Amino acid sequence: MSGRFALVMAWRESRGNRRRLMLTVTAVSLGVAALVAINSFSADVTASVRSQARSLLGADVELRSRAPFPDSVAAVLDSMSRAGVAVARVTSFASMVLAPRTGVTRLFEIRAVDGGFPFYGAVTTAPPGRWAELATRRGVLVDTAVLVHLDARVGDTVTIGEARFEIAGVVTSSPGEVGLRAALGPRVFLPARYLPDTRLLRFGSLARYRAYLRLPDDAAVQRFLNQHNALFERHRIGRDTAAEREDDLADALGRLARYLGLVGLAALLLGGLGVASAIRVFVRDRIDAAATLRCLGAATRVVFGIYLAQAVALGLAGATLGAALGIAVQALLPLVLRDLLPVDVAMTVHWPAVLTGLAIGTGIAALFALLPLLDLRRVPPLRALRRDFDADPRRRDPLRVGVYAVLAAALVALAMWQAPSRGIGAGFAAAVALTTAILWLIATGLVRATRRWFPTRARYVVRQGIANLFRPQNQTVPVVLAIGFGVFLIATLYVVQRSLLDQLAVDARPDRPNLVLFDIQVDQREGVAALVADRLTAAPSLTPLVPARIAAINGRVVDSILADTTGRGPSRWALRREYRNTYRDTLVASEQLVAGAWWHGVQTRGEPWRVSVEQDLAAELGIGVGDAIRWNVQGVPVDTRVASLRRVDWARFEPNFFVVFEPGVLEAAPQTFVLLARAEDPGRRAELQRDVVVAYPNVSVLDLTDVQRTLDRVLGQVALAIRFMALFSVGSGLVILIGALRASRLQRLREAALLKTLGARGRQIRDILLTEYLTWGSLAALTGVALATLASWMLARWVFEIAVRIPVLGLAGIWGAVCLLTVAVGLGTGREVLRATPLRTLRELSE
Amino acid sequence: MMIIAEHLEQTYRSGDTALTVLRQVDLTVAPEEFVAVMGPSGSGKTTLLGLLAGLDTPTRGTVRLDGHDLNRLSEDARARLRAEKVGFVFQTFQLIPTLTALENVLVPIELRGAAGPAALHRARELLDRVGLAARMDHYPAQLSGGEQQRVGLARAFAGEPRVLFADEPTGSLDAETGATVIDLLVALNRDARTTLMLVTHDPALARRARRVIRLAAGAIVSDTPADTA
Ligand SMILES: Nc1ncnc2c1ncn2[C@@H]1O[C@H](COP(=O)(O)OP(=O)(O)O)[C@@H](O)[C@H]1O
Ligand SMILES: [Mg+2]
Repeated sequence: MSGRFALVMAWRESRGNRRRLMLTVTAVSLGVAALVAINSFSADVTASVRSQARSLLGADVELRSRAPFPDSVAAVLDSMSRAGVAVARVTSFASMVLAPRTGVTRLFEIRAVDGGFPFYGAVTTAPPGRWAELATRRGVLVDTAVLVHLDARVGDTVTIGEARFEIAGVVTSSPGEVGLRAALGPRVFLPARYLPDTRLLRFGSLARYRAYLRLPDDAAVQRFLNQHNALFERHRIGRDTAAEREDDLADALGRLARYLGLVGLAALLLGGLGVASAIRVFVRDRIDAAATLRCLGAATRVVFGIYLAQAVALGLAGATLGAALGIAVQALLPLVLRDLLPVDVAMTVHWPAVLTGLAIGTGIAALFALLPLLDLRRVPPLRALRRDFDADPRRRDPLRVGVYAVLAAALVALAMWQAPSRGIGAGFAAAVALTTAILWLIATGLVRATRRWFPTRARYVVRQGIANLFRPQNQTVPVVLAIGFGVFLIATLYVVQRSLLDQLAVDARPDRPNLVLFDIQVDQREGVAALVADRLTAAPSLTPLVPARIAAINGRVVDSILADTTGRGPSRWALRREYRNTYRDTLVASEQLVAGAWWHGVQTRGEPWRVSVEQDLAAELGIGVGDAIRWNVQGVPVDTRVASLRRVDWARFEPNFFVVFEPGVLEAAPQTFVLLARAEDPGRRAELQRDVVVAYPNVSVLDLTDVQRTLDRVLGQVALAIRFMALFSVGSGLVILIGALRASRLQRLREAALLKTLGARGRQIRDILLTEYLTWGSLAALTGVALATLASWMLARWVFEIAVRIPVLGLAGIWGAVCLLTVAVGLGTGREVLRATPLRTLRELSE
Repeated sequence: MMIIAEHLEQTYRSGDTALTVLRQVDLTVAPEEFVAVMGPSGSGKTTLLGLLAGLDTPTRGTVRLDGHDLNRLSEDARARLRAEKVGFVFQTFQLIPTLTALENVLVPIELRGAAGPAALHRARELLDRVGLAARMDHYPAQLSGGEQQRVGLARAFAGEPRVLFADEPTGSLDAETGATVIDLLVALNRDARTTLMLVTHDPALARRARRVIRLAAGAIVSDTPADTA
């Protein structure tokens, strides 16, 4: 009956501690909440994607090409149309749009749409019903952002190229689109029949051509694609079906959710650490009781069972609380991720996710509790008689090793289960172990250093406050580690985001251009250059762009290389894409030679022309210095030899090129020009854009400060989502802090009472507490920031390949916030200590 | 007079029930007097000590400590008064676990903001006096009960108090160790000429006092010179 006895005793034993212990287990709750929320939400999103699949694409099949559809493809589409299949075409490109009333001009995406697209899902407009009216009315619909940028309103006229249109309304939502989309690249929707009026699509214009079909069923879709497969392949026409789009999207969102889930898992593991350190304190309080039970004849197993049962029950309670919280958070997630989601998400409670969360939470709590609980197995009964009789600490407990092994296995298994792939899971587990180890090292190092370089000359209250960190049974290291982990997540995110934005900042760098003019035709280049030079002091620089495709590599034609299906050949993408090459006689600032030599002097007649290839592309193509490439430049073959490889810093807003030709060969080829300029004053930039668009309607001007703002927003959105998940770790850290403060409550009360008895004033007690919490916060912040600096440096260097910029002021801000938070939490839970009556010292109050 | 207590009454209320722990206590203690307080457990000895030291406020009555009316002082003012004039020795030693023996002794001085080389010297001397010169840098956990109480004595005298309250200072010690502690306490007190109020159950110890007050059920039942006790 020892099992029953253990359970009954467990229940009785927990009396009076339940409240305090409950706080401990909420450390697991937050992690469980994060997991339940993100996994339930993920299931919601998948279900929504499945149910809204066809409207994601708006059709059953999409065909797309970077060049106008050739006649053979157009003929197929026409015949489908004659056979009664709904066919719609959408052409999109970038162009300047001018609002004459306000005089503002800006680059937008133009979408020329026809034929009742989309076939599934509805585009909603304000005023309503305007989408359908486009079929009969000469007008355009715009994203809201267009009106904002142009300072225009519905009913105004806009100039696009050489035509004028009335703004008929605003598109408020279109199916299958991410909320952020309309704000990032605002669009103007134009009936396709008016496209020729604009006279915008000229040589070298970057445009995307798409055709959409509505077919009766999946079988018809497959038949259509199979029948024309060869034709589409030949003309490099991409295909997408509603089913594929559905799968891709479900996959992508699933991956996103799984990544976010990893952040939640980190919070849970942190909570586990919190449980371990709280249970350790609990066990120390319980050693005497355990010894008494042993004296009275309880077996080790039973004593251990009594406390293990309590730990499991607590874990279950914490996990239950967490699961409930998770369901609430699940309802909140669509708001956080709103702008990143292409579908409306309906919320349902997913019991598998909830139950898994419960099981994982309870398991983690129990496992982490086991570590300190094992000590109870070794309590000698003699302790009940002689207080100072301790277990021999040198005796190794083989079970302890077992628990560590199970913990490690659980970590790896959980990470693999939650991560998008096994590799990422294993990497995550390793990263968690490493991060914890480093954080632990930093935390113990800092705590030791504080003790070692104790400010012996400081005021008494300061010394006493710092000494408190080292009180017996202190939890300084776990708390510093827990809060440090939260700080680490937040600070890393912050530093990386800052570094990315910094890298792209055009404002702050006077040497970088902030205006890009492109699609400049050969006969316009002098005029445009003169116009720009006239308005800006600096001389603009023109860069030629020559479209070309690869015809052959080292004598093998592309089609034959592609036909080789051994799978080790160069990538399809690299072989088939249209390159936009340039020619010049010098390297530019964003380039660095890594192999071969740059050209000097003129090439000997009859030899192949020299080109320089970007190193990653060279790797994709499987070529190096000395290899031969034959180019197809608008139908004319040009033979070249790779003379050098370059590294390119793509992160700059400058025209960078995969392939640079030596001067002398491409000058006569059909080409367009890009012009870079810089104007500090926004008014100047606006003026220049207007003048250019009036004189040269086909030339587009990109204001890089706008692009930067847009990137800011995207990064901000993504960072927001991650930060939201990171908050769970911060929360766990806080719970651990509160738990530690509660655990030392009795000691604090006694000490405060004693000091008051000896004559300490309220302010002195408060200063002692303040010092203690400030030191605590500082150590935690320092721990987190130190590791964050290291991690962001590594991320910046190896993942993003950018220079890391440590925002000292921002980090100092984080530091301050953490100190403030720690002090607030400390003083919040410490009011009782400040009010402790001195009489307590004389009366040995026990609780 | 060092201590003048008039009509002291203390009533603890918990819910509806009120418990009168001290009633009608009148008491004066002259400077440098050595008073022992005796009485059965629960008779109100600790409560009385607490009121005299201003650790609590009486339900009724007044206490004057070295001329200050405690009822008129704020809690912080009473604390300052204690820091300057009062020393304590506790039954359970009450050392601060995070401080070394020497640092514990320094606490009353530092609370007064009077730390300095002189204070340090005095603290060392006191520890030497109680026989712990070699243990100054040890933490309480590293000391035996008797040693901890000797640190407690050193701390009690460190601030050069005018009054010393000791609440069963040997209550947690075995007889032999307790005797050593008492010898030290009496000796230190004689040298420092401190007023001493000592709560004890030990008749032998009480006999060393000049005067013995007996409490029973919250009231003084006898107040006599030690020899007749
Ligand atoms: N805060 C309190 N509330 C209620 N009763 C108290 C309180 N403090 C002490 N008492 C009671 O007052 C009585 C006297 O206590 P105390 O002065 O500690 O006695 P002694 O020190 O003589 O043993 C005891 O019965 C005790 O239970
Ligand atoms: Mg008492």
